[in-house]
Parts: sequence; C-alpha cells; structure tokens
Amino acid sequence: MSESAAGSSLAGTSGRSVSPALHHQFEDIEQQREAGNFGMWVFLATEMLFFSGVFTGYIIYRSLYYSGFAAGSHVLEVDLGAAMTAVLLASSFTMAMAVHAARQGNRAMLLGFLSSTIILGIAFLGMKFTGLNFHPAVDALRGAPEHTVELFMCFYFFMTGLHALHMIIGIGLLGVMAILAWRGKISAEHYNRVEVSGLYWHFVDIIWIYLFPLLYLIGGRYK
Amino acid sequence: MSTAIAEVPVESRMHYLNASYGIKSWLFTTDHKRIALLYLGSITLMFFIGGAAAVMMRLHLIEPAGALVQPETYNKLFTMHGVIMVFFFLVPSIPATLGNFLVPMMIGARDLAFPRLNLLSWYVYITGGAITLYALISGGVDTGWTFYAPLSTHYVTTHVIATSLGVFINGFSSILTGLNFIVTIHKMRAPGMTWKRMPLFLWSMYATSVIFVLATPVIAIAMVLIGAERLLHVGIFDPAIGGDPVLFQHLFWFYSHPVVYIMILPGMGVVSELVTCFAKKKPFGYIFIAYSSLAIAMISFFVWGHHMFVSSQSVYAGFIFSALSFAVAIPSAIKVFNWTATLYKGSISYQAPMLYALGFIGLFTMGGLTGLFLASLATDVHLHDTYFVIAHFHYIMVGGAVMAYLGGIHFWWPKITGRLYHDGWARLAALVIFVGFNLTFFPQYMLGYLGMPRRYAVYPAEFQVLNVLSSAGASILGMGYLIPFVYLLWSIRYGPVAGSNPWGAKGLEWETPSPPPTDNFEETPRITEEPYGYAEPEHAHV
Ligand SMILES: [Cu+2]
Repeated sequence: MSESAAGSSLAGTSGRSVSPALHHQFEDIEQQREAGNFGMWVFLATEMLFFSGVFTGYIIYRSLYYSGFAAGSHVLEVDLGAAMTAVLLASSFTMAMAVHAARQGNRAMLLGFLSSTIILGIAFLGMKFTGLNFHPAVDALRGAPEHTVELFMCFYFFMTGLHALHMIIGIGLLGVMAILAWRGKISAEHYNRVEVSGLYWHFVDIIWIYLFPLLYLIGGRYK
Repeated sequence: MSTAIAEVPVESRMHYLNASYGIKSWLFTTDHKRIALLYLGSITLMFFIGGAAAVMMRLHLIEPAGALVQPETYNKLFTMHGVIMVFFFLVPSIPATLGNFLVPMMIGARDLAFPRLNLLSWYVYITGGAITLYALISGGVDTGWTFYAPLSTHYVTTHVIATSLGVFINGFSSILTGLNFIVTIHKMRAPGMTWKRMPLFLWSMYATSVIFVLATPVIAIAMVLIGAERLLHVGIFDPAIGGDPVLFQHLFWFYSHPVVYIMILPGMGVVSELVTCFAKKKPFGYIFIAYSSLAIAMISFFVWGHHMFVSSQSVYAGFIFSALSFAVAIPSAIKVFNWTATLYKGSISYQAPMLYALGFIGLFTMGGLTGLFLASLATDVHLHDTYFVIAHFHYIMVGGAVMAYLGGIHFWWPKITGRLYHDGWARLAALVIFVGFNLTFFPQYMLGYLGMPRRYAVYPAEFQVLNVLSSAGASILGMGYLIPFVYLLWSIRYGPVAGSNPWGAKGLEWETPSPPPTDNFEETPRITEEPYGYAEPEHAHV
C-alpha cells in the first residue's frame, strides 16, 4: 500500500535507496514515517481514554455538587491559570515551528524552537508549583468547611498532577529530540521523531485547554 | 501458493532460533518471534502459579467447613488466582505469544512496526508481574481481583497498593502490544495483502488490539485512583466527602467487561484457523466472521453495566445494559454458526489442535448461552455473585480462551520449533482436559443455581457432593495441563522434524521454513490469491 502512497515529496530527493535511517522491518522511509505517525495517533487515543476516567468522574460530581465545586474553583488563582494557558499555547506554536524547521532540515532553527518549547514547558510547571496557587488549594483540600470542596480539590490535584506528569515526560522527550538535533541525527528526510513528539506535545496542551475552564472558570466568576 | 520449499535438515539452516546464542541474544532481542517465546515462558510460569492457587482453593472446598486454610488465607488465594490468571495469563496469552509470532508472518512482513516497543512491552509485563508477585507473596491481597472500593480503599489491610501498581504497569504492556498490532496491520501488509485477504486470526487480533488500546487505560486510571485514595486517605471514591464507590465499579467494568473479549476474541481467531485447516475447506462466510470480530469489540464497550444490576445503578440503565448484552450474543452466534457450517461436508481430520477447536466450540456455546441468564435483569438478581457466575465465565475463559490457546500452541508448535510432538499424547491430553474441565465447572452451575455464593471459604453441608465433584474434576484438569507441558518440551529435542507445512494448511506462515528465518521470508511475498485456497469439496452447498 505504501507503494501507491501519494505524498512522495519527501522521498523525492532520496528516492527508494536504502538510507541508514530506515529500520529493517520497513520497505521504505515513507512507510516508516506513516507507521510512526499512526502509532502516535493510536497512543493518543489511549491517552484520551486514560484521562476520560477522571473527566467522567469530574462531570458527574460537578453536576451533583455544583456549589461545592464552584467554591473550590474560587480558591484557585484564575489570573495565574490564564497566564499558564498563554504560556502553554505559545509552546504549542514554537513546537509547530520546530516541526516545520525539522521538515525544512534547518538545524539551527529546529534547535531554537525546540529549546524555546522546552523553556516554555518548564515555565508552565514553574508557575504551577509556585506558592501562588498551591497553598490555598492544599488548605482547601484539608480543611474545607464543606466536604464537596475537598472532593473538587481531589480532582484539581489529580487532574493537574496527571497533566504535569505528562508535561514532564513531554519535556524529556523534547530534550532527547534536541540532543538528536544537536548531533545532526535529524534531517529533512528523517524528521519523523520530531513530528511524533510534536503530536504528543500538542495533545498535552489540548488536555490543559480543557482543564483550565473546567477547573478555574466555573461558578460564575465573570458574571 | 504451491511453492514447494526444499527441505534442508533443521540444524544446517539458519533460522531465528540459531541465528545467535546466549542469554543476551534473547534478553535484548527485537525479533517478534523470540519475544513471543519470552512471553510464552513467562505466561506459562504465571499460569502455573495462578493454577496452584486454584488447586489450593479446590482442596479447601472439599469439606463444608473448609479443609485446608484459614478463611483470610482463602480470600487471598482467590484474589491471587483471579489477579494472576486474568491480568498476567489470559490477557497476554494468545496475543502476546501466537499474536506476536504470527501477525507479521501472516501479513508477509519482516517484523512488527515497532520491534523495540515490543521488547519493552515484555519488560513492562515482567516488571508488573514481579511487583504483583511480590505483593502476593509478601502478604497477599484479599479484595478479589475486582478491587472494589471502599473495601480496597478503606478497610482491608493487605497489599492493595503494590498489587494495583503491578496491574497498572502491566496494563502498558497490553497497550504497547495492541498499538504495535494496529499499526502493523494497517501499514505493513505485503503487496496484494488486502484487508479481505487477511487470515481471520488477524481480524481477531485487530479487534483485540482496539480493545487493548481503548479499554486498558481506563483500568490504569482506576488503579491509580485506588492507590492514591489508599495512600492519601482522601479521594474521589470516598463517601465521607461526597464521593461514590460505585464510580469505581463503573471504571473497573468499563475495562473489565471488554477484557473478556480480549480473552475470547483471539481464541475465536485461532479456532477460525483450526476449523478451516482441519476441515480442508474455505471458511463459511469469511466476511461475517471477520466483521463479527469488530462488532464484538465495538459492542463490548457498552455492556459493562451488566455487572452492576444489583449495585445502585439506575434501573433504566439496567434495561439498556441488559439489551446491549443480549446484542453481543448475535455476532458471537454468527461465529459459532459459521464454524459449524465450515465443518459441514468438510473433510475433517481429528488431530490434536482440532480436538481443542471442537472443544472450544462446544464449551464456548455453553458459556455464552449461560451468559444470557446473567444478562437478564430478573434472573441475574438470583444468580449474581453465585457459583453460576463462576461457572459461566470459566466456560468462556478456560473452556474457551485456554482451549483455543492450547489448540493454537499445538497447531503452530511445529512452525515455532520446527519439531512435531507426539500426536497420541496430544489427543489424550485434549481429551483429559475436556473431561476434567466439565467435571470441574458443570457442578458449579448447579451450585450457583442452588444458591451457593462465590468467594466463601465455607458452605452448607448439602453442597458437599457437588463441591467434591468439582474438586475431583480440577485434579483431572490439572493433570491434563501438565501432560502437554511434558511432551511439548520433549519434542523440542527429540521430536521428528516438522517440515514447513505439516498440516497442509494455507497461509503465508506455512510457506516459509520451520522454524522461520529471522526475517521471516526470503523475499517479501506478493499475494495474488484469496485466502484459504483449499480445493472445493464436491456438493458443498450449505
Ligand atoms: Cu461483562
């Protein structure tokens, strides 16, 4: 089937000759690229269902205990949350640019965008762990007058904790990509790994895009 | 499809087993065939550990007051049996061994799409298994394999966290295997291998992989939540702060119902291959068998509530879950009818793999039909949590999945090892297993119907006869499982050389020598024919 695959723009220059980047199980580099991308999409489907368990729980409890959830949400620093969202969106942009640079085979640009994505990711985590939004939340978890506020805080810590874990993995992944790029292991012909890491990074961003309104923006703050 | 391969004596030819030697060549291999064997060894070990727990339970239940262990120990035994058999034997059984070995060969590929992920999945499995075994040995768990909250989160004092961690980690090995199969089947089929030319085993592997990928993460998150709640003494299943333990049941069964199909779909795939080969006839209704695998996988995601008819789940949800559970019987029945129609006027031979396949068809039908009793709202109230349930799912999982697994191992053993085992012993073992199985589990249907609850270490005296029958059956079954272990191992060294296609079967894996070369095929095959090109018997009008 890869024989008839249309997008041969990539393999155009190198032809079907055996390249050192081609793993032995694949017929050609195009098949390898498709398999890599498709594999990451399947993995993201897994990830989506991984998060779905807590999202489902959140939705059920939120409909049951709306006032407790709203009160819990008001403990969180919404401005900081908005700033974190902005940082993460910016990192998605730099990630997209990094993939673009990899496709062009522009090593300097690739390194630049990869490291700015990493820096933005670390900035996001740093903001998250600053005392600003951490301590009030912990207080609410332990000593809330209303029990359902504690329940909200369980979700808050669990969901954002899981997200942060994914961020850390993503930063590690991009670190590996940066090292590979530094060593010149990523070329216009073989940039698949960057593309696949990018997919993962965008997915983690999208999770946050849902988490931010669900956790920070409920309870009619801006009525 | 009639390429004759010149038979070179096994020892002088290079193949995947003699391509390299030494422990490192196995522990760092990325060859899907060797990884299949790594899995085969480890799941066999797990099977015997889980089986030992079952033996002790059956011994204990010989007497109404319990003959062997303390009730607390009994609780740990059935938990150990369930956890090991479900997560560490049945789930990986066919996919990780036969699937790993055959998926690339059947589509004419050199390996899976991600060989290193494949090896990683084995290490993940070993890690999860080691942690779980550690938990079970260092004190055990007594929640049952279901880990229901709040029992598991607040009450028991046993090793819940370590066990759930082991199950959580093991989940990723399933996910990696499923992911690998999906990508491989989509992207790596040899030229001419269209979807509808794929062997039926591959359709079942594909359907299984979809469940691996979409259901396993949900049990993973459920295990994390249980662990977190136990560790931090606060969590979303905790009623004290408004949480609901039934939410755990939903998350648990959202995985654990589909997982039943993870266990049985591969078995159905194996049986489709066996029936076709030993009836020497094209499968009746290929496309129906293929699509019914996908249908089963799909419907299986929407029936989990049938485990919760007597929880606080709404009655209306119960109606829907009941109706959908009945719906899953349709594609399952399609398969059974198609296998039987395939047998009709075939030239059937009763070699050992075929005996397992026929056993599977009967026992699976029995287990499936009794499942309908449990899918009905009213009868389930009576039968819920009784031995009827135990008998039902053992008919599916042991009578179905394990039978098919053994049938598949016997069928592809000559391909895997290049040697033939002793057919007489193999047939005898199949027979012993069939008899032992029925004697073990049929009395349990009756016990359950009479009202004996599951998971109790003691029972009223009037149930003793049936319990003793069941225990006697279990000892026969246990013997039955030991016999293949012996003659299969024996055959590796002393068995006659098999040749590339001892059964006269169709399919790419039979066109390459046994054992296959490391790259599976001398050159990438091109497929020009429909699958299962057995000569049409005369007057085969069904
Ligand atoms: Cu079920």
